[in-house]
Amino acid sequence: MSGEGHGVPIRLAQCAKTFRDGTRALDPLDLSIAAGETVVLLGPSGCGKTTTLRIIAGLESPDPGGRVFFGNEDVTVVPIEKRNVGMVFQSYALFPNLDVADNIAYGLKVRRVDPAIREQRVEAMLQMMHLEPLRERRIDQLSGGQKQRVALARAIAVEPQVLLMDEPLTALDAKLREELRLEINALLRRLKITTLYVTHDQSEAMALGDRIVVMTHGQVAQIGRPRDIYFSPANAFVANFIGTLNRLEGRLEEGVIVLPGGRLQVPGAPPGATIVSFRPEDVEIVDAAASGDGVLSGTVAGASFLGDRSRLLVEGVASAPVVLETDTRREFNPGDRIRFRIAQERLLMLDDGAKT
Amino acid sequence: MRRRGLFSLQLGFTLLVCAFMFIPIVLSIMAGFTSNYIRGVSSGLTLRWVFEVWALYRDAIGLSLLIALACLAVTLVIGVPTAYVLAKVNHWSTRLIEELLVTPLAIPGLAIALGLIITYGTFRDFRTNWTFILVGHVLYTLPFMVRSVLAVLSSIDLRTLEEGAASLGATYWQRFFTIGLPNARSGIVAGALMVVTLSVGEFNITWMLHTPLNKTVPVGLADSYASMRLEIGSAYTTIFFVMIVPLLIAIQFLAQPRKRVKAPAR
Repeated sequence: MSGEGHGVPIRLAQCAKTFRDGTRALDPLDLSIAAGETVVLLGPSGCGKTTTLRIIAGLESPDPGGRVFFGNEDVTVVPIEKRNVGMVFQSYALFPNLDVADNIAYGLKVRRVDPAIREQRVEAMLQMMHLEPLRERRIDQLSGGQKQRVALARAIAVEPQVLLMDEPLTALDAKLREELRLEINALLRRLKITTLYVTHDQSEAMALGDRIVVMTHGQVAQIGRPRDIYFSPANAFVANFIGTLNRLEGRLEEGVIVLPGGRLQVPGAPPGATIVSFRPEDVEIVDAAASGDGVLSGTVAGASFLGDRSRLLVEGVASAPVVLETDTRREFNPGDRIRFRIAQERLLMLDDGAKT
Repeated sequence: MRRRGLFSLQLGFTLLVCAFMFIPIVLSIMAGFTSNYIRGVSSGLTLRWVFEVWALYRDAIGLSLLIALACLAVTLVIGVPTAYVLAKVNHWSTRLIEELLVTPLAIPGLAIALGLIITYGTFRDFRTNWTFILVGHVLYTLPFMVRSVLAVLSSIDLRTLEEGAASLGATYWQRFFTIGLPNARSGIVAGALMVVTLSVGEFNITWMLHTPLNKTVPVGLADSYASMRLEIGSAYTTIFFVMIVPLLIAIQFLAQPRKRVKAPAR
């Protein structure tokens, strides 16, 4: 379809935002997004991700000194209606006075696109988003998933150079969210529009983002590919926000950490406030006979069978219970003793930098 | 058996209340068509009084309609954009305006009229013109229009809809005409009905502001009740009904969403 290759690179330079009541929503932010790239802003509510999106959209202006560039053009003072962006809102923001087809046609109408071309484009959108049978429905007769499809079609119909999505799937139930996430992913790969996607859901971020920007308290905690962020989180906040993380807190003596469940060598650990942690899937269950440094033991407190793997809650390893994932060939029941090893390179050494 | 008794009691009470409300209206209208009210319907039915009222107060009826429609036009032009801005801008000043708009309702109509007379009474041409009454009516009815439109706009998250429209390239005025107005329709209709009804029936302000040459129907009605035969006053009431009911129906009809020309789905 038309609309391919319309993406434009985006650059934010020193964009901060202080609201009228004095609240700092965003510390000065530098961010570059390549043409056609999908960048996900991920973080808890109030972290500044929506403010960043609204600055790029032109719905908020950055504090003096901040600049927004679309390609080489400085759009800082350009109002949203002149920025040629497509926007998808959490609440859909569909026009209740118009039917499905007229909602999709709206952007083309106000831009005075030739009616013949308009009809054609609306038709293509209806087809692409599987909305043909609903073209004359009123908005209040649509389900949540259908509304979100219409919102997406409406945003893409104007062939924007930037697509902005603000928690588009949050209002939907889990199964629908999964389905639409796959659809959106396929769509973004195909259209190659520069996309900024805001969410607090880490699995959405992982699935959709070429890069993820993890934010907290108005600051960027880490920018990177999903793999980088998962396997080498910059700090404890990022690691905790993405996936499950077990903390091992104990006395650190000459490169060895002493825990209730055993001793663990951590040669690389820098002195100071270091937290040693590991992911649930990075353990290897060993026999009862195995012992020595690097082998930890505990008591199974809870086990859930997930089909492809089991999730165990184990007590007595560290001060807090830890979560382990194992393959399902061996069955564990509450009360069983368990011994496991964590490969040294899988241990994460994180500073407590960002507040959690 | 007890339930039957209770039902009869409720039905009886309801009918009694209806009778209490409708009998005076029916009697009043009947009186307007009776040759001699004192002697009752047996004196014969006649249209004489209606014609007499029409001859005497044709101007008042015309003026009432003129003022009501002019008042509607002014409250639409001022009130709808005001409500639109109040719904969009969230600032202490807009909240203050919202509160201030209610004050004309709290002040007695006589006081509003007195204020107008003190302020503008010396401008002779204005004082004797029908637009002087119009100003009073607008002051009185504007809050109803603004409130009615504002209530509808506040219930639809106008701000997000506008942001959506803006992101699609709509300018301020395009947003106002394609999103703001159509979604405020039900509020505008409710407000319009209210404004016309209130303006046609308004007495307090009008009585203070009117001149012998500028009379509206309610003021004329008060005159005729006070100084003429009861039959004249009653015929006047009938004309009042005949005038206002089609007007209200017409407004509702005009405000109906236009039927789509396209064939229905499926």
